Amino acid sequence: MDMNEIKEIFFQECEEQLAELESGLLKLNDGDRDPETVNAVFRAVHSIKGGAGAFGLDDLVSFAHVFETTLDCVRSNRLEPNQDVLKVMLRSADVLADLTNAARDGGGVDEARSRQLIKELEALANGEMPQPGAPEIAKAVAPAAPAPAVNDDGFQPVAFSFDEFEASEPPAIEPSTYEIVFSPKSELYAKGNDATLLLRDLSRLGEMSIRCDMDRLPALEEMNPEAAYFSWEISLKTEKGEEAIRSVFEFAEWDCDLDVTLVSGDASGAGEELPMHPVPFDLSLLDEEAPSRGESAEEDEEMVSQQRDPRSAAASAAATASNVLQMAQTAARAPLENAKVASTASAAQAAAQQAASAAQPTIRVDLDRVDRLINLVGELVINQAMLSQSVIENDTNGTSSINMGLEELQQLTREIQDSVMAIRAQPVKPVFQRMSRIVREIADMTGKSVRLVTEGENTEVDKTVIDKLAEPLTHMIRNAVDHGLETPEKRVAAGKNPEGTVRLTAKHRSGRIVIELADDGAGINREKVRQKAIDNDLIAADANLSDEEIDNLIFHAGFSTADKISDISGRGVGMDVVKRSIQALGGRINIQSKPGQGSVFIMSLPLTLAVLDGMVVTVANQTLVVPLTAIVETLQPEASAIHSFGASQRLISIRNSFCPLVDVGRILNFRATQANPVEGVALLVESEGGGQRALMVDAIQGQRQVVIKSLEANYTHVPGIAAATILGDGRVALILDVDAIVAASRGQTLKPEMTLAATG
Amino acid sequence: MKKRVLTVDDSRTIRNMLLVTLNNAGFETIQAEDGVEGLEVLESANPDVIVTDINMPRLDGFGFIEGVRKNDRYRAVPILVLTTESDAEKKNRARQAGATGWIVKPFDPTKLIDAIERVTA
Repeated sequence: MDMNEIKEIFFQECEEQLAELESGLLKLNDGDRDPETVNAVFRAVHSIKGGAGAFGLDDLVSFAHVFETTLDCVRSNRLEPNQDVLKVMLRSADVLADLTNAARDGGGVDEARSRQLIKELEALANGEMPQPGAPEIAKAVAPAAPAPAVNDDGFQPVAFSFDEFEASEPPAIEPSTYEIVFSPKSELYAKGNDATLLLRDLSRLGEMSIRCDMDRLPALEEMNPEAAYFSWEISLKTEKGEEAIRSVFEFAEWDCDLDVTLVSGDASGAGEELPMHPVPFDLSLLDEEAPSRGESAEEDEEMVSQQRDPRSAAASAAATASNVLQMAQTAARAPLENAKVASTASAAQAAAQQAASAAQPTIRVDLDRVDRLINLVGELVINQAMLSQSVIENDTNGTSSINMGLEELQQLTREIQDSVMAIRAQPVKPVFQRMSRIVREIADMTGKSVRLVTEGENTEVDKTVIDKLAEPLTHMIRNAVDHGLETPEKRVAAGKNPEGTVRLTAKHRSGRIVIELADDGAGINREKVRQKAIDNDLIAADANLSDEEIDNLIFHAGFSTADKISDISGRGVGMDVVKRSIQALGGRINIQSKPGQGSVFIMSLPLTLAVLDGMVVTVANQTLVVPLTAIVETLQPEASAIHSFGASQRLISIRNSFCPLVDVGRILNFRATQANPVEGVALLVESEGGGQRALMVDAIQGQRQVVIKSLEANYTHVPGIAAATILGDGRVALILDVDAIVAASRGQTLKPEMTLAATG
Repeated sequence: MKKRVLTVDDSRTIRNMLLVTLNNAGFETIQAEDGVEGLEVLESANPDVIVTDINMPRLDGFGFIEGVRKNDRYRAVPILVLTTESDAEKKNRARQAGATGWIVKPFDPTKLIDAIERVTA
């Protein structure tokens, strides 16, 4: 594993942490005050910061740091996470996501926005409540929350390390001799430090002579084996400065008495034996930098931290109230006292926490491995079908044991296939979570107040479906908020809650996943839609359309009812594109709308893109598969129903309406002349824009579930063909791209960019 | 005889970095994802040195250190704390909890190995 792979892991982890962050913030927004929720939110930002630091992603680090500081205020109960505070935090989470994406994919971020949020976050940490619309930073600092003094240019990460101390120390070229007196306290050993190791480190700095003072060692029977009795007097000749010596004792400085004195600047003192005499550990003689001088370690620490950094001392004082520190303090006393009640209590607490959060064990598997397995199972299914077929063909005397074995094999393969597909299944939660950000952004832009309610987030569907769901869903949410919901004023006038609700639900229904997007807005303005359709020549002025048919007009290409193209919906993407991408996933979309009560978009999608229910048909001696989802009905055309139209076009009349007849064999150049419709079968399909076409094929062989094999991956893209599959007899059959065929029938030629690949 | 290091960190990124760094430096590495798991694997891991994060779910670094120090067999094992907080406050708290030393993030392989060598024989 190299750094790039770890970086990849980091970004994956960021995505998870960002999702965690957002769902945590939303929980807080709903009034959840569980400390663990706050902790989880804090940890998410903290983890991102930690990883980002390791990769030198400074923008990400500095923003995460400010965010973390503010979250820490919430964690320590210095900041009440009310709705206003959470608004700032949710927007900060968005910026953090942007920064993460920018760090991964390059590209810029809205710097003004992140600067603004840094200010708002800092203001919150300073104990100021957000002022909607006027996020001005007051300079007054609330006494309850003494917090970081920050400059207006934004936060600069302050890296504090002893290494820098050493670096800033001008290197002493001339070796000097230091006299060091090192007296460990018992705590030093209790914390796993070892005087010997420290002395070893020290000896690496230069020439050293050492003497151990064992005067304090009591008689054996009085001796506590874990106490510290020895001290050392060291004479060290080194080119490194005093700081280098002190840094050796960095980990031990609180748990020992340490005295470092420069004896001479020349080499004469080195090697000289030190006279053995008691060294007075006079506290007042130590300079300010030396921290160990109290009998009471805790008091001393407070003093030290105050000297070093007044900010952290204040923070520490505030945090003293929290349980965490109490636990830590308990821990500090605990090591040598084995059965402390307090520690037992906190251990029990931890155990309880463990029980509460014990999740089902999961493993993380490379997607490639799963895909390989799926592929192999696909082969297995094909192989099993071939075997069955040849057994049936050769089975003259009906040996039932072979047939029974085959049946069992068939069942097993089917189960294996289902189980393997289940591995790829993922909850739709991540996509749903992304939508809450979309809603926030659009609500902000449109000045509408919107609440997003999600249900069935744990409904599982194939990962590829999830990945392709985000885009159409985003667009539909934009539409729902922008066009569907009314302004707060209009809502109040209509007697509704000024806050609109958008409800996003997912559920399984008969082997498919159904996703519904409902808004409680005004519903579709059918008059307006109808008029628009007439203006755009989509329908005749006197067309007699049902409400449902009018509603479905919005899926037509280039249709937009918004009077002016707004910033949100006017991105050149219409509902027609949404419908197409849903159909490309093998899905369907419907709309139900009630005037004054809102609209519901209902999407029904297959659970996987790896298999497909298809109708196997013959066209000019070629076997093709037509996705079943595209087919509305099949029929045997009668001569009287076929009408010629224009030079070569033909129509078929079905229940008093005319539908263009599309000869699949002609379009795909399987044959030079048009087939006789009466000799074939017509498949009525619904194509993009909701229009219907009758596809002419020669014969229907049957219906079958097929394993999709990508043509692009194995060969190259073929216009009009979505993918391929292998049939039971081992032959390759092409899966028709219905939309591309229909588009081609409208006089356009088949071009690769025009076709919609139904598979990845 | 390879020295065994037990690392406790909830971040997958950091875990991987620790693993790579420690393996390259010739340590045997055992990893846990939080304090609870750290205590669970303590006996079987039988580490010569422990490296732990502070902010973790279920049981944080302070609680974990406390747990290790209460274990008669491992209470003297050196424990290094990984912390992004470089200020004195976090170090104090870690030290109070019984930490031997600390490694200030951003993660730096040299710093990590230096610190480990400083506390192990």
